[in-house]
Amino acid sequence: MSELVDGSAAAARRASPAGGTRLSQALDLGLLILVILAVWQLAHEWAGDVALTSPLATLDYAGTLLGSARFWPNALETCHALFYALLISALGGLGLGLALGIHRLSGEVAEPILVALYAVPKITLYPLILLIFGLGISAKVAFGAIHGIIPVTIFALGAMRNLQPVHLKTARVMRLTRLQAARTVWLPAALPELVAGLRIAFSLTLLGVLIGEMFASQRGLGFLLMNAISSNDVKTIMAVTLMIATVAVLANAALLALDRRLHRGG
Amino acid sequence: MSRAGWLRLLVVSGAVLLLDLACRTGIITPLTMIPPSAMAAALLALIGAGRFTADIVKTLGNVTLACALAVVVGFSFGVLIHAMRRVRRALEPLLASYYAVPFFVFYPLLIVLFGLNDLPIVAIGFLFAVVAMVISTMNGLDRIPPVLLKVGRAHRLGPLRSALLIKLPAAAPYLFTGVKLAVAYAFIGVIAAEFILSGGGIGYAIAYAYNNFDNRTMYALMLLILAVVMAVNLVLHGWEQRLYRRRGGR
Repeated sequence: MSELVDGSAAAARRASPAGGTRLSQALDLGLLILVILAVWQLAHEWAGDVALTSPLATLDYAGTLLGSARFWPNALETCHALFYALLISALGGLGLGLALGIHRLSGEVAEPILVALYAVPKITLYPLILLIFGLGISAKVAFGAIHGIIPVTIFALGAMRNLQPVHLKTARVMRLTRLQAARTVWLPAALPELVAGLRIAFSLTLLGVLIGEMFASQRGLGFLLMNAISSNDVKTIMAVTLMIATVAVLANAALLALDRRLHRGG
Repeated sequence: MSRAGWLRLLVVSGAVLLLDLACRTGIITPLTMIPPSAMAAALLALIGAGRFTADIVKTLGNVTLACALAVVVGFSFGVLIHAMRRVRRALEPLLASYYAVPFFVFYPLLIVLFGLNDLPIVAIGFLFAVVAMVISTMNGLDRIPPVLLKVGRAHRLGPLRSALLIKLPAAAPYLFTGVKLAVAYAFIGVIAAEFILSGGGIGYAIAYAYNNFDNRTMYALMLLILAVVMAVNLVLHGWEQRLYRRRGGR
């Protein structure tokens, strides 16, 4: 089911590498990063400073940006929007997924609708969000949240579907109330899937917030980027993109590690 | 159709009807949203007048090109990376967080590379779609039942014949999932790029209508995109499910 949304979820978890110690793994990753840097440097030599700054210059400028006054308010704005959007996605998705998953028929009815909604280019809905929420942080949060809530819901729904029947029976035999069952059976079953869903939601929500800021906003990293694009300020574009990508990769790696641990334990 | 299917139809049409009612009674003001029935009428009028035909053709052409490139390149890379275990292990965390990079920011770079035409937009759609295909290809190759490979070896099939007769059919449903995702992502990339950067295509037309408070045109075009994407998705989804069933369970 979750593969309909993103084939990487199960694959990334499964690929606990056959053979190879932690050291060689780290070595491979280091090598890969070196290759990427080399390609980047070559592309820079080829395209020139007008299009692409070199890795070193980008890193250097990123350092300058981190020390500058105009960077932090924008970064904090984006972080705020991302945080609220993720919070809404996690809680809303979990609630929706559990509610739909408990009742078999409603899950069956909702699932294809959710998958169809997932594939819709939600960027087209941004004007609608702006008309509802107005310019400002609430529009960004809402736009980020509509990106994130669907994958979390789909994963939570899948978790409830794959719940072992014997666990449900045990809950019935022990005469657990709905609340008790939710706390002791449903939530622990849904938690690993929630993390897997959140991992996908994180990238999408970040993208949603950034696009929102790029299209119509006066603050945030997306605004900074859009400004840099219109004045062809390549240094800023590259440095901000590098920082965003680094944060995204790190957050993703952390969630993936958590995901693997939860799935192995459960 | 199954009971769930009928119920689904009921839920969706009920939701649309409710929305229409809310718009018509003024709970939702026309400044925020026009009734869905008015959107459909506006869309029909737009298509009839042919004002946006060029934009529509342009966007759909770009999406098709981006998607085709992504499927071919993504499949080739997927096969290649799958064959190299160590490369794959190192790449996996990067592939998994790939979608957090906002590729639109490379638009100036892409203009330098490709010139001021449709190619930068196609490139953004391609960049969005290609990794979904790579991941799905590797996933499909992972899921080939070992027993089938053994049968192939027992029959002494060469590498080419084993690829054509065993590996490809066994991985087909997963490859198809990749195609489906690639279509969705190509749409997202192309339309988003038109939306914030370019001066043509449906995405640009929507942004232009938004800036001019032209809600009728804006909602008509939004409906058009949603309808096209949903229709393509529905067809692909049906086809995909058939492939999975033929393969026998998941």
